[in-house]
Amino acid sequence: MSEVKIKIENLYKIFGPRAKEYTDKVKSGIDKDELLAKYNHVLGLDNINLDIKEQSIQVVMGLSGSGKSTLIRHINRLIEPTEGTVLVDGEDITKLNKADLLEFRRNKTGMVFQRFALFPHHNILDNVQFGLSIKNLDKSESKDKAMYWIEKVGLTGFENKFPNQLSGGMQQRVGLARALAIDPDILLMDEAFSALDPLIRTDMQDQLLDLQKNLKKTIIFITHDLDEALKLGDRIAILNGGKLVQDGNAEEILLNPADDYVSNFVKDVNRIKVLKIGSIMNIDGNINESNPSVMVDESIENCLPTMLESESGLNVLDNDKNFVGVISKNNIAEILRRSKD
Amino acid sequence: MNLIEFFTSFPEMSSESLRLFKKSVDGAYRSFSAKYGDAIEAVFDPVLYFLVWFEKLLHNSPWPLVILALLGLVYLGSRSIYLTIGSLFAFLFIGYFGMWDDTMSTVSIIGVCTALTIGFGIPVGILMSGSDRARAMITPILDIMQTMPSFVYLIPVVMLLGIGKIPGLLAVIIYAIPPVIRLTDLGIREVNKEVLEAADAFGANRMQKLFRVQLPLALPTIFAGINQTIMMALAMVVIASMIGVKGLGQPVLKAITNQYFTMGLLNGLAIVALAIIFDRVSQSYGKRMQQHRAGANE
Repeated sequence: MSEVKIKIENLYKIFGPRAKEYTDKVKSGIDKDELLAKYNHVLGLDNINLDIKEQSIQVVMGLSGSGKSTLIRHINRLIEPTEGTVLVDGEDITKLNKADLLEFRRNKTGMVFQRFALFPHHNILDNVQFGLSIKNLDKSESKDKAMYWIEKVGLTGFENKFPNQLSGGMQQRVGLARALAIDPDILLMDEAFSALDPLIRTDMQDQLLDLQKNLKKTIIFITHDLDEALKLGDRIAILNGGKLVQDGNAEEILLNPADDYVSNFVKDVNRIKVLKIGSIMNIDGNINESNPSVMVDESIENCLPTMLESESGLNVLDNDKNFVGVISKNNIAEILRRSKD
Repeated sequence: MNLIEFFTSFPEMSSESLRLFKKSVDGAYRSFSAKYGDAIEAVFDPVLYFLVWFEKLLHNSPWPLVILALLGLVYLGSRSIYLTIGSLFAFLFIGYFGMWDDTMSTVSIIGVCTALTIGFGIPVGILMSGSDRARAMITPILDIMQTMPSFVYLIPVVMLLGIGKIPGLLAVIIYAIPPVIRLTDLGIREVNKEVLEAADAFGANRMQKLFRVQLPLALPTIFAGINQTIMMALAMVVIASMIGVKGLGQPVLKAITNQYFTMGLLNGLAIVALAIIFDRVSQSYGKRMQQHRAGANE
């Protein structure tokens, strides 16, 4: 696909006054609970290695306390790593001096927060302009940019309101516009939609996907909601106790969970809705002209009616209508059985 | 035998050495003030000139003009027509009972004091909010300033600078400055951590964070501190008059020593009237600054 935008290598974070001393202990294998009990230090991240591809949406998932918010804050270095490197476009963020770090934050990353973190004393326009005013951008230019993004997120007419006059969903759109206004390569979204109610959340997810079609930003999206992760993520990384337990696309996570923690996470997912035909088809089979055909990237759910009407199976075609494999009732039955376990 | 004596009477230092101790400290301070008193006084000259100029301005301008200017300020600060009318009556009452000049002196010294406490207090408060060590060092000093009886710190001030406007001004400032420092510190520390993190995430440097996020959000709290400071400065007017500060305090002092009840009461009421006006104006001004916090249901 595309280039790696962010490369996280051997990243450790331990919270506490003597963090450096305990890195070796963590490397030699003591876990989060033990470190806390014996040495009173909190293990934030334990040897994270993660490549994030350009223009993709990388979801980071985990329960609270798993280190996902800590991880995202290493990408713009709101949190200093104890050890390890974070490369953005090949440049090591952890080595930047103060001035360069500010420049990096002003130009390369935009961040959206769980509880919006808007400036209550600024109106919507000034909130969206904040990042631009920090860069001392020309006033009329920054106003034009801000107005453009206010329009993009559908808040035209609200630019003179204050944040507390808006609903949660609207406030988070301001948060999104504020992050996008500086035109960053990287968009960091820390549980950005978690505080919104379900309908508005779905709405915002759709809006984000819609924007991303044209924007092609590299988005790191933190969530604890698996449905959200499956909907948004090109790849999904799962953290547990500061460790990265699995990184893969939705199908890999659903079909080959790396451990019990991941399987527990995914056990309630409606597989036939999420999984695509391509992930369960049989590529060894031969084409049977009398059978109906389905597309490789369709969801299993959508193919069920065709499947049930067919006698012996389906042919699977790719987008250019080439034959790529077959799928049988048994393949689907197996998936359904696995979801029940 | 000796043990019993030890427990019944405190093993104090001999009166001879205590006397020597006091004498040497006083002597040292006296020679210090003889040596540097003039130089230190010179430092305050600009303040003195300004204070004198301001007082003269209030005294020499035609009284209707002064009242109009004061009422203008009251209205600008409070946006309340009732308070403005109330203030008008208060000023007329003050003038009619012959307290106009003293009141103007008090207004001028309170005005200068407030300006100076804000000018010093807010930077110190900012310093405190930025460093726990600075806070640990400054807090006990503020405690001393607020609890030490004012007469006690008047002594060295008078020894150093004599009696007059400047020592009075210093005494008022020492007494009145702690609230504005404390509440600046508190206001900045209370700024929402998430909002600060957002400012960080967008690459704001220290100064940008301070002036665009922390101070504006702390302003209502800081203003509560300024209000407290003005009230405390007014409360010091009588004590300051003991070391030669002109104003409403002097007639009160005279009334106390001579048992002139009506004179004391009238001047006391004038102080109360000033206090209420200052308080209401600064409070409603402070409230208007946090309009963004209300109005959720507009």
